Amino acid sequence: MNYDYNLSAIAVPLILAAGSVLVLLTDVLLGKKAKDSAYQTTLTILALAGVFCFTRWGTGGSAFFGQVYTDGFTSFFNLAFLTVGFLVVLNSPNYLIRNGIDHGEYYMLILLALLGMTFMASAGDLLIFFLGLETMSICLYVLAGFHKSRAKSNESSLKYLLLGAFFTGFLLYGMALVYGQVGSTNLAEISNYLAEAANPLGGYMGIGLALLLIGLTFKMAVVPFHFWSPDVYDGAPTPVTAFMSTAPKAAAFAAALRIFYHPGIELGIPWENVLWVLAVLTMTVGNFAALAQTSVKRMLAYSSITHAGYLLVGFLASNELGASGMLFYLFMYGFMNVGAFTIAYLVNRRGKGNYNLSDFAQLGTKSPMLAALMSIFMLSLTGIPPLAGFFGKLYIFSAAVQEGYVWLVVIAVLNSAISVFYYLRVMVMMYMREGEDLADLEKAPTVAITAVICGLAILIFGLFPSPLLDLARASIIALL
Amino acid sequence: MEHSATTLSHSALLWLIPMFPFIGMLINGLFVRKSRETFAGILASLAMFCSFIVSAVVFFQLVGLDPHHRELTQTIYTWMAVGDFHANISFLMDPLSAVMALVVTGVGFLIHVYSIGYMKGDERVTRYFTQLNLFAFFMLILVMADNYLLMFVGWEGVGLCSYLLIGFWFEDMEKAKAGKKAFVVNRIGDFGFLLGMFLIFITFGSLDFQVVFERATGMDYGAGMVTAITLLLFLGATWKSAQIPLYVWLPDAMAGPTPVSALIHAATMVTAGVYMVARSNVLYMLAPTSLAVVGWIGAATALMAATIGLAQNDIKKVLAYSTVSQLGYMFLACGVGAFGAGIFHLMTHAFFKALLFLGAGAVIHAMHHHLHEIGSDADPQDMRNMGGLKKYLPKTYWTFLIATIAIAGIPGLSGFFSKDEILWKAFSSGNTAIWVIGAVAAGLTAFYMFRLVFMTFFGEFRSAKQGQHPHENPPVMTIPLMILAVLAVIGGWVGIPHVLGGGNHIEAWFHPVFAEAEYIAEIHQGYGIHDAGIEMTLMIISVVIALIGIFLAYHFHLKNREAGEKINKSIKPIYTILHNKYYVDEGYQATVINPILATSRAFLWKFFDVKVVDGTVNGVAWLVNWSASQVRKVQTGQVQNYALMMGVGILLVLLAFVL
Repeated sequence: MNYDYNLSAIAVPLILAAGSVLVLLTDVLLGKKAKDSAYQTTLTILALAGVFCFTRWGTGGSAFFGQVYTDGFTSFFNLAFLTVGFLVVLNSPNYLIRNGIDHGEYYMLILLALLGMTFMASAGDLLIFFLGLETMSICLYVLAGFHKSRAKSNESSLKYLLLGAFFTGFLLYGMALVYGQVGSTNLAEISNYLAEAANPLGGYMGIGLALLLIGLTFKMAVVPFHFWSPDVYDGAPTPVTAFMSTAPKAAAFAAALRIFYHPGIELGIPWENVLWVLAVLTMTVGNFAALAQTSVKRMLAYSSITHAGYLLVGFLASNELGASGMLFYLFMYGFMNVGAFTIAYLVNRRGKGNYNLSDFAQLGTKSPMLAALMSIFMLSLTGIPPLAGFFGKLYIFSAAVQEGYVWLVVIAVLNSAISVFYYLRVMVMMYMREGEDLADLEKAPTVAITAVICGLAILIFGLFPSPLLDLARASIIALL
Repeated sequence: MEHSATTLSHSALLWLIPMFPFIGMLINGLFVRKSRETFAGILASLAMFCSFIVSAVVFFQLVGLDPHHRELTQTIYTWMAVGDFHANISFLMDPLSAVMALVVTGVGFLIHVYSIGYMKGDERVTRYFTQLNLFAFFMLILVMADNYLLMFVGWEGVGLCSYLLIGFWFEDMEKAKAGKKAFVVNRIGDFGFLLGMFLIFITFGSLDFQVVFERATGMDYGAGMVTAITLLLFLGATWKSAQIPLYVWLPDAMAGPTPVSALIHAATMVTAGVYMVARSNVLYMLAPTSLAVVGWIGAATALMAATIGLAQNDIKKVLAYSTVSQLGYMFLACGVGAFGAGIFHLMTHAFFKALLFLGAGAVIHAMHHHLHEIGSDADPQDMRNMGGLKKYLPKTYWTFLIATIAIAGIPGLSGFFSKDEILWKAFSSGNTAIWVIGAVAAGLTAFYMFRLVFMTFFGEFRSAKQGQHPHENPPVMTIPLMILAVLAVIGGWVGIPHVLGGGNHIEAWFHPVFAEAEYIAEIHQGYGIHDAGIEMTLMIISVVIALIGIFLAYHFHLKNREAGEKINKSIKPIYTILHNKYYVDEGYQATVINPILATSRAFLWKFFDVKVVDGTVNGVAWLVNWSASQVRKVQTGQVQNYALMMGVGILLVLLAFVL
């Protein structure tokens, strides 16, 4: 079994780990002379990892004695994480420099958080999953508080840390119960146990798995375990918010798919009922709260709760269409949210700095390009065809109808109809309101490039979704 | 009648039809500067004209084909294929979509030209034409799609453009709000369409029209699933096409520029629901319950909207309710299985209603300038400020009068043939009650339309001052009116019924599209009545009803105004209810909108988004010991509250597993 120490199986996390050290070194050694050396190094590392991920696309199987899976699913999520990471890093310097927090550690933390995520998606063992989760979370706690001099940023960090620790406790407890019942934390062995046991969810097993699920739903910001997210998202530096609202959410869903879709692990009726209720709550509460926001940043924070609810619908459907829909959705959601936060940040600079909706006034005439891009993001989040956001919803909802969750889909579609109110408000502001002496937008090439990439991706994957969908489907087949 | 993939002909031209307006939109949107307004208008109109020419070419290609194989398709590419989920970007041209495409591009072109004159001097003309072209693009996608998914793209797209155009004059808050209302309402209607689409997919395993309808013929008559699908689709249609109970957005949509009302809210977008029902004719025919719902909703809307139209004083509002009412007729036709008659009426309605709106626009345009000149701030749309305009706006008057005669159902003009076809089909299929409602609504239509004409064009001009009066509009506006007037006269001649010695060509033209549905109807409902004597009698009755309506309008609104006033007074309660549109808007506000807003503001926001600083100081030791003062300030208890609530959540979830 010597071949199981196959380092190339974890090439992506290895590159990220080595890269994070390299970033620190370049910052220390070259940082004084070449200010953006850490930035450039990070982008290079992410691109390199992306190339590795793409050229060595997972073909199935596992490595390190079943500790990590090396299948298409792993590769798909790695690509998604790296894409979001790249986009976030790409537009970060603008914010960091402006706020005087342009330190190399920022990039290192992003790389390490990504490292944790890759292990969450590829874990073949609960312990690996847990290590990945904690690596990611600790980086995020620090990132949320990266703007040290701002009380809000500190508050954000602390809240996240405290509540995160709270839920880590439940998660670990759940894992311990599962271990106590099965005698192993390996997913394959857990599923063997479940297949053979007379009463699979008896003993501590049911409660163990439930706690595991609760721990994950916290990271997904599912209602009622969402309370942290609006405050944390609101207080964190905006590029970090863009990052937090997309990649870790995708990682939590990846882990949930990995664990609960594992062949042999069957969810019973009580699970379906609970997930049904959680999905409905998540969609509805997120939506109604977003309706009442006047800050774009907060609105996007609540709307990201709603989107977690839609994803839960796909999770519940648990068929091929639903799961590949989720993968597609998560990938596209990265583009939509990073794009929206990026522009929100830039536009915020015109106003008083509290992300007020009215800062968007007249953007349509002042900066038609950014306004058009923002419209694409808003319409895609609403789910208007032929933008990519629509297809994510289409697959997920179709899959749920296929499985007989008609009422759940009715609620989901109604929610998606309500969401038009607050997404549209941004467009109304941009095109149909007179501004009151708002400053012109400053030139920010990196921000513009990020937004253009996001906008193009949404258009292209809306008009030509097939390649990405095929990839998602091929990735998910390994699980189902 | 059998459709099979092998008989389909391909046409390489189809993609050009939506492409021209799309290119026009791109050029105007990206390259044309604000100041070059005439250029933008000409470019946009030219794009429509090119697309009309291609539509006409394709139409004649279709005519040249064997009637049973009159279908042209063009697949651009495979949009997506996930497992059995498959959809193409591909277009279909059959007799049904050909008529729709001709109406959209033809009437659309005339309205574009008219807009050049109407919008002259506005600050954002370029943006206006960009959006108008974009609308045409989506509308053409909608009518030419060969599957439900692509149709839905058009369906959403026209809703979006409609929103942008209604709110075009956004300086006026009311107008911006109307746009938003229309879009939001439409989005909620899309919910029906989406769900219907999901069910179609899981029932038939496809979203392609061809495949769905072929597989549908294998379903049981009256199958529950088909009923559910068709009802959901119809829910989408009631929003889009402004039917009871969801018509309230259309009258508000009149806030947009008048050519927009003509194009979107009379001739094209609002008819999308009718088109969709007609397109799904096989499904509807298999679901008698849904068909009955369609028929009755249509009839009820036709009647109710017509009664509201009796008591409105805003010239555009009258036309708006008239549109709602006429759309009701089209659904009524579909509901009695006469899909062809419904689409026929859709076509003639596009001619005369577009003409009426453009005519009204011409009146408003002239009134606006006149009132501006005399320094009055009276409402240029209020008919009580008009009167006697036929002297000053002769071309507008004559064309308007022709359209009014057409809509009133006077023999010889287009509206007569299509409306009578519908009424006859309703009667002959055994739906006598629906026929009665339709006939009464026809009388009301004649009344309120002639009331409008008399109030606007006859009598004394009521806003005269120092001998000044409104002036006729420039030719760029009046020539489209004249062309539409010709169409409003002759547009119905393609459907002259056999009893009047005509050939009813339009019925034969549509036959291949609706053959399957007619076949199903014959099996399950038996043959309808075929009796030339009855048909003739009914025709005479409806003409007499129309004439009575006209006479009453003449009597009360021109000859003997005092009598009219007196009548209004004596039935004041009824008049008030009609004038206030049965208080439906107020009802929605009180029962739906306010509660949603209140819940969102008062409850959810306060409960879930509690302000951090308001939190009470909490005594849990490990937090109180936290020393950094600013941190303590923001950490006052809130985290514990969160943790507590989440802890309760955990308990509940765990309980669900244990119990």
